[in-house]
Amino acid sequence: MSRISEEQVKHVAHLARLHVSDEEAERFTKQLDDIISFAEQLNELDTEGVEPTTHVQDLKNVMRKDEPKKWITQEDALKNAPETQDGQIRVPSILE
Amino acid sequence: MSLFDYKLSDLQEMLHKKEISVNDLLDEAYNRISEVDGDVKAFITLNEETARARAKELDELRGTPEGRGLLFGMPIGVKDNIVTKGLRTTAASQILDNLTDPLYDATVVQKLDAAEAINVGKLNMDEFAMGSSNENSSYYATRNPWNTDYVPGGSSGGSAAAVAAGEVPFSLGSDTGGSIRQPAAYCGVVGLKPTYGRVSRFGLIAFASSLDQIGPLTRTVEDNAYILETIAGLDKMDSTSADIEVPKYTEALTGDVKGLKIAVPKEYLAEGVSDEVKEAVQKALKVYEDMGATWDEVTLPHSKYALSTYYLLSSSEASANLARFDGVRYGRRSPNAENMLDMFKLSRSEGFGDEVKRRIMLGTFALSSGYYDAYYKKAQQARTLIKKDFDDVLADYDVIIGPTTPTPAFKVGEKTEDPLTMYANDILTIPVNLAGVPGISVPCGFSGEGLPIGLQIIGKHFDEATVYRAAHAYEQATDFHTQKPSLGGAK
Repeated sequence: MSRISEEQVKHVAHLARLHVSDEEAERFTKQLDDIISFAEQLNELDTEGVEPTTHVQDLKNVMRKDEPKKWITQEDALKNAPETQDGQIRVPSILE
Repeated sequence: MSLFDYKLSDLQEMLHKKEISVNDLLDEAYNRISEVDGDVKAFITLNEETARARAKELDELRGTPEGRGLLFGMPIGVKDNIVTKGLRTTAASQILDNLTDPLYDATVVQKLDAAEAINVGKLNMDEFAMGSSNENSSYYATRNPWNTDYVPGGSSGGSAAAVAAGEVPFSLGSDTGGSIRQPAAYCGVVGLKPTYGRVSRFGLIAFASSLDQIGPLTRTVEDNAYILETIAGLDKMDSTSADIEVPKYTEALTGDVKGLKIAVPKEYLAEGVSDEVKEAVQKALKVYEDMGATWDEVTLPHSKYALSTYYLLSSSEASANLARFDGVRYGRRSPNAENMLDMFKLSRSEGFGDEVKRRIMLGTFALSSGYYDAYYKKAQQARTLIKKDFDDVLADYDVIIGPTTPTPAFKVGEKTEDPLTMYANDILTIPVNLAGVPGISVPCGFSGEGLPIGLQIIGKHFDEATVYRAAHAYEQATDFHTQKPSLGGAK
């Protein structure tokens, strides 16, 4: 039984903001299905009552003062941007 | 002979006695790079102009009280996922190909600079550190200096190959599932993944934030200890960096391992590990016995679940971390997009390679509604069990010893077709990242084909000192680390 369908792969690609062609969707479906099938070996493990580990350190919230500080200039912020206009980053239109 | 055959402390003495100059060290690096990097392909970007200018400043300070940085005048290569101010930083991805002028230095780079080291250039890697062979670099695949038909390992393949080839004496890599230790083993150099939280991750382009650590690759254990001492410590820019004092690691290198208690997991010498690798590790254990250490066979019973756990967790974290590459503020923007959604999709699809896309999709799937409990949460619970295996064993033993990888390096192109076969290379290094403990790979032999084999030594949280002590004593008792590839003619 396949764990993931081509339709699901296309949906996941959309969620992840990736464009996949039909040929790519077919290939990725096979590969992801293999990986997910392999990963299902975890079902053998009895994890009833086992706390999930998000992080190996026993960290609590690390707080700092909320103070304004100089970081980067507007010029710096723009210098690696693909397209700028009037001191701002330009993007394609959002509204139709 | 190369200047880089001297250890760091000897080079410093030679500098301060003015027997050599910092510029001589850069000559050694850049000459060797022009000689062999056409074959090795370890570098993506060189930093020669800035490095030469810095060398000029430092040469004036030789022998003076100011010129006493811990890494004074030392040439070092930096993996290309570590951000360098004003110096192109690509993570070997087309999506960052045009990031020529980054705005800041990673904390580790600031610390190297403060210690008066010199950045020679940026090292090749698997794209966004996803891979085990450097074949996922979007530029070119780095080759193994011992035999250029073979891979150097990955993802810090450039960092390991550059040191092995004598292009730089030291480098920085990053390790999420073995990316420092596995290439160190394949290239016959020393590579350490520190305890999670030992070194600041600020300025490391994030792959899996709960697993990533930066660490040094060097020819010797002592050199490695000097570099960790420089880059480790609390950083207010990384809230997961630990507020634990950084010891002088070099002081731990006593050569004495009498009474050291070693655990040898039976899972690390099981099926899938080649006979040559098993023999090399068994011989290493004999060396430890002769030095007065003792060892017992132990079990890490959840080892076989580590690979699945790792791919689910690291891909999930990657899918979130890599969302920032959207073609808006920096990096590649597709010229083919007419609206915003297309701009995101096309920039990312044209900018990322297949392995990166695969992992982003796997992670997005594992985190998506309806699958979260079955995959992501289950993997986090498995991680708890894997970590407990290590905690239990390390409660009774000083270090855990086994191979770094199941086999020596494989041939270029041999494993690119099937992602799962490629992933299996990391089966002995991945559990260490999941548990967050430190691990080092040191050279412990050669295969029949003349390829290096690595010995992995794993320690307790924040006990790099004992890991180094054990590694150093073994190194002093053997001569594997003094052997060099014949690449470009003996030097």
